[in-house]
Amino acid sequence: MTKESSIPLLAVEDLHVSVEGKPILKGLTLTVRAGEVHAIMGPNGSGKSTLSFCLMGHPKYRMTSGRIVYKGEDMLALSPDERARKGIFLAFQYPTAIPGVTITNFLRAALRGVRGQDVPVKEFRQTVKAQLKALGVPDAFMNRYVNDGFSGGEKKRLEILQMAVLAPSLAVLDETDSGLDIDALKTVAAGINSQRSPERGILLITHYQRLLNYIKPDVVHVMVDGRVVRSGGPELALELESKGYEGFRPAVEPVGVEKS
Amino acid sequence: MSKPQVHVNEDYEKLYGFHMPERSAFKAEPGLDLEKVKQISGMKSEPAWMLQNRVRAFQHFERKPMPTWANTELLNSIKFNNIFYYLKPMGKLGATWDEVPPEIKETFDRLGIPEAERKFLAGVSAQYESESVYHSMHEDLARQGVIFLDMDSALKQQPELVRRYFGTIIPAGDNKFAALNTSVWSGGSFIYVPKGVKVEMPLQAYFRINAKNMGQFERTLIIADEGAQVTYIEGCTAPTYSSDSLHSAVVELIALPHAKIRYVTIQNWSKNVYNLVTKRAVAYEGATVEWLDGNLGSKLTMKYPGVYLMGRGARGEVLSVAFAGDGQHQDAGAKMVHAAPDTSSVITSKSISKGSGRTTYRGLVKVHPGATNSKSTVRCDALMLNPESRSDTYPTMEIDEKRVQIGHEATVSKIGDEQLFYAMSRGLSETEAMNMIVNGFIEPFVKELPLEYAVELNRLVQLEMEGAVG
Repeated sequence: MTKESSIPLLAVEDLHVSVEGKPILKGLTLTVRAGEVHAIMGPNGSGKSTLSFCLMGHPKYRMTSGRIVYKGEDMLALSPDERARKGIFLAFQYPTAIPGVTITNFLRAALRGVRGQDVPVKEFRQTVKAQLKALGVPDAFMNRYVNDGFSGGEKKRLEILQMAVLAPSLAVLDETDSGLDIDALKTVAAGINSQRSPERGILLITHYQRLLNYIKPDVVHVMVDGRVVRSGGPELALELESKGYEGFRPAVEPVGVEKS
Repeated sequence: MSKPQVHVNEDYEKLYGFHMPERSAFKAEPGLDLEKVKQISGMKSEPAWMLQNRVRAFQHFERKPMPTWANTELLNSIKFNNIFYYLKPMGKLGATWDEVPPEIKETFDRLGIPEAERKFLAGVSAQYESESVYHSMHEDLARQGVIFLDMDSALKQQPELVRRYFGTIIPAGDNKFAALNTSVWSGGSFIYVPKGVKVEMPLQAYFRINAKNMGQFERTLIIADEGAQVTYIEGCTAPTYSSDSLHSAVVELIALPHAKIRYVTIQNWSKNVYNLVTKRAVAYEGATVEWLDGNLGSKLTMKYPGVYLMGRGARGEVLSVAFAGDGQHQDAGAKMVHAAPDTSSVITSKSISKGSGRTTYRGLVKVHPGATNSKSTVRCDALMLNPESRSDTYPTMEIDEKRVQIGHEATVSKIGDEQLFYAMSRGLSETEAMNMIVNGFIEPFVKELPLEYAVELNRLVQLEMEGAVG
């Protein structure tokens, strides 16, 4: 664990969010500091993906109250691209296909976007090449169209590749383990682990414990019905594994837990 | 992420919409009557058969009603009497750019034609108003017997070939605008590629309107003899004026057995030009005709390139992209007629409508009895960028033979909020994200173009996209 810094990387404060008039997040509080890996675990429908979209600024998700503060700055008014430029990254659970656009072109534009300036071709190639190798994908992958006709594993690898190349300060990974076989899971987990650094915070959103066999979180949060109902160390994930989510459901007071 | 808003694109003006002082060696009075038709033929010292051809065509034009489909409101607002039907800009066709008057040369310089010619073209024909002003072809093609001329010169130098094929694919009475073209045609290209000759580099024609209220009626005829191959590229632009111009071409392609013709169009007329064009090909046994048709400009385009598959194993393809911005209507499509066994056709139509722009796909696949084992695939994808954008699809299938494979697929989509969000979450601005999605959408078309044109087309689309996002 890392030293406390006065300003957390991410502070989500009493967040309430509605989608099409229906409340999904009902007072979610969460703090992530640089260098930490947090896992958010919750059953389907608990609002995990809503949280990830809100952090990235999806226009469909309306914050009704609360705050998302990143590096001391309120994110409310910022568009997704502005958040990306400030160093937030979301690995999508269901990445979108952009037919006709090669990964090379997409990623170069993205890198130019987050850096605010053009990236020399040579540097781009080198950065990408190293990451491709680590993820076990051939160079020809770069010529394919973004997520177009991709298998689940390819999509997740592309998300990790983008994270690695864009080097965000805060990476939110939404169900990055879903739909992966064990080998793909290991590769993807290794990719995520390689991105751990004292400057970076990682928020792993997952339904299952199995990803946490490969990526050891500093903090585990259990999310039920739009709130964090309990937070703890890695052992909480194991408890969850044995008890199931049902064990956490009954009338637990919502806890806004600061990691200690 | 605000909802996209639409502004009028202003860059066309600077790049293509400029105009030069009008220049004419001869300019007919505006409006059209039989005397005008005879006058044009007389000016050109044409043989009697062509004059008669024009006169008959004019009668067709007068008799034929306006189409009662596509965009009748726009069609019926064409003021035929305000149009100048014949404007000869200079006395003599240039064989070098130095022979071309300075303001005309400057126009083509700004459009990048001489540069393209130096880099990657086997021949160039540049038409300004009603006549070709410059023409060239690589010598080695001439040595191989390839004929590439402007149509007026072809009528003089290759009278037999022209007479044999002219109007055989698109008769004057085909439709009102084919009739109009046949009666007042001027300029255009004539190409004959002898047996077995493969023209590796493209031949290009560029059609430029400069004068106000101009009517341009070029006539193109391409014949690829047995086993021959040729790629022809046409581009077109015009100044932006507040009054309308009319472009009405007729293009006939003849692919003799085992020949291959690829015809590429990048239509980028200014938004005051009516573009009402008839394009048709015949493909004989084992021959291939491909139309790559990019429509970016004009006020109203009506264009449905067709291939008549007349011999066993003939193949036709239309791959088209249409982009309709504010106030534009691109009514485009394709026509495939299977009249022999084992023929195949592919139609891929990609259309984008922005702001109040409107795109229409209108297509026909017809399979005649006996055209067994024919295959046809039609795919239409329409992308709408704004809530007020419009897109319609009218696919017609007339299948009179049982043993065939016909496939049709159509998608209409709004530019995806999810795609935009995904790209923006990676740091692309909304404008960049939208451009990227649109460029990806037309990629199947762009990747078929010669590199230089692919770059150009992407740039044009980028220009059109400007202001798509508020």
